Amino acid sequence: MSHTAEHNEHASGGTKEIIRITVILTVLTIIELIIGFWMIDIPLSSVGVRLALKGTIVILMMAKAFYIVAYFMHLKHEMKNLIMTIVVPLALFIWFIIAFLYDGNSFKNLRNTYDPYFKEQSTIKVEKKEHGAAGKHEGAKEEGKKASH
Amino acid sequence: MATTATAPTTKSWGGGKSPFNVEYGKVMMWYFLMSDAFTFGAFLISYGTIRFSTNGWPDPNEVFKSFPFAPEGMNAPLVFVSIMTFILIISSVTMVLAVQAGHNMDKKGVVKNLIWTIIGGIAFLSCQAWEWNHLHHEGAWWGSNPFLNHDGTASSTNFTNYFFTITGFHGFHVFSGVIINIIMLIMAMTNKFEERGHYLMIEKAGLYWHFVDLVWVFVFTCFYLI
Repeated sequence: MSHTAEHNEHASGGTKEIIRITVILTVLTIIELIIGFWMIDIPLSSVGVRLALKGTIVILMMAKAFYIVAYFMHLKHEMKNLIMTIVVPLALFIWFIIAFLYDGNSFKNLRNTYDPYFKEQSTIKVEKKEHGAAGKHEGAKEEGKKASH
Repeated sequence: MATTATAPTTKSWGGGKSPFNVEYGKVMMWYFLMSDAFTFGAFLISYGTIRFSTNGWPDPNEVFKSFPFAPEGMNAPLVFVSIMTFILIISSVTMVLAVQAGHNMDKKGVVKNLIWTIIGGIAFLSCQAWEWNHLHHEGAWWGSNPFLNHDGTASSTNFTNYFFTITGFHGFHVFSGVIINIIMLIMAMTNKFEERGHYLMIEKAGLYWHFVDLVWVFVFTCFYLI
């Protein structure tokens, strides 16, 4: 059954399917960009809203990845055995992402609690400098300040 | 009687047929891409870990706001990178069309679509070269970060280190993809595939090219959008 179904897809669904996926990918990207532009005007203080929008962008990203792999790379029309040997190892990423991001966050919290110098450094505002050389100079000044501490 | 007729299709590992129903090279290309996905994944997760462990991070809309030939100080966040994204998506589409033309043994279609794919790849690389050059002129490079954090505090060099390493690694993949596509184009034009009787090689090059597009979806989101 899978054999004949696959051949039908090749013969008929072809160009139509490609156009459909192209439209989907374009629309998803445009939605992502709209959210991106929207986020520019949202202040840093509204953490929840920004986090929700970032989460939405990540979901849209996963959707785009699915359409590219399933249709452009044709994985959806391959045999189940092949799909499983590729998708199952990649499922490790779910754990990688949770574990490492949690670890990074926990390290930040620990440093903010027990390392007053780290906390202080990340609250000092630096006046805005324009472009190249000035920025480098600023960096050098920062280094000096760090060394004198 | 019915069972004997259906037996060969249900028993994939019974012997006498290819259990994955694809040729060897394509299976190996998939496994190569899977290992490559782990490399990119390790890079991006490392970036995420460092970003989560610091209090501030530069605002991408502040860093990536320039556009070629635009007047100094013009503020156009996200515009240039969205053009790069669409270039890559479109070149992925032309690659699918090339693969499809290969299925139909349509040499002209393969050549035409491969040329468009190569043009898309070169356009993307040119955009990236311009962006790197521009950021370098602003003082950003490995080990030097002229940008401030979003909240106005001093930023570390982690941001530029990760940006140049990951987009550089991706750019190198695009570059190798363009080279592979050029080789495919030459082989198609010299009738190599016609002599073989199939265009299966184009499919493998296509898988690689789509993977490059796939990685860009993640890089684009992680560095420019969030």
